[in-house]
Amino acid sequence: MVSLNHYLVLSAVLFSIGTAGVFLRRNLITVLLSIEIMLNAVNVTFVAAGRYHGAVDGQIIVFFVMTVAAAEAAVGLALVIALFRHRETLSPDAFTMLKW
Amino acid sequence: MQQTVFFLFAALAILASIGVVAQRNPMHSVLLLIVSFAGLSGLYIQLDAPFTAVTQIIIYAGAIMVLFLFVVMLLNAHTEDDVVPVTLGPHAMKLGAVFSAILALELAYALSGLIPTPFPTDPAVTSAVSNVATIGTVLFTTYSFAFEATSILILVAMVGAVVIAGKPRSEH
Repeated sequence: MVSLNHYLVLSAVLFSIGTAGVFLRRNLITVLLSIEIMLNAVNVTFVAAGRYHGAVDGQIIVFFVMTVAAAEAAVGLALVIALFRHRETLSPDAFTMLKW
Repeated sequence: MQQTVFFLFAALAILASIGVVAQRNPMHSVLLLIVSFAGLSGLYIQLDAPFTAVTQIIIYAGAIMVLFLFVVMLLNAHTEDDVVPVTLGPHAMKLGAVFSAILALELAYALSGLIPTPFPTDPAVTSAVSNVATIGTVLFTTYSFAFEATSILILVAMVGAVVIAGKPRSEH
């Protein structure tokens, strides 16, 4: 029988994968994708906890998380495009100055 | 049966997510992330949340990931630079690996104390959480302020993205 624990463990595994991606990758787009993995890991927890309590609030929070993720992706990708235009690279280590 | 489906979708989501992080080609990363989202959406159906499952596919896979794909194609940056920059030193990656391992261990420790908590099997609960009409009612009454705030957030993000990514103004 699948219990709440299964979903919490899955969520923890996905969150760890996402963090590892943010820490280990040297590509701005992959870093943004890893953040999306982490947001989705948390979404799994919200839906599973909502199911456990028999309330729809978990699903509504997931709806808001998705909206914020969309806003974050739009602004993040706009920044990536602006940075790429200046430096012709996607490595986050190339952008260490506050001004150029 | 339920267990088999859970492990199938969970394995799909985890393997695809590992692929996202391990791939060197951003295009493959984005496509693998869509596969991962499909797996998660299957799990949402298992959790009696069909509305969330469908929004996961439509909003995440359909809108956000397509935005990522556009940017990957637009920048035409196929692979990551192989050289680790000297400014960071040779141990920077190892430090990152250690930090993410510590976080994973912390999560494992936190979850090891859980007692098994099965989901309620009462059909009334199942139909309550899977009812889209209930979700709509709660969203537009209890959470109406948050809903309006989100709409403003989206508007600000849209204008901000256009301003940031737009053509730089000519020097004068």
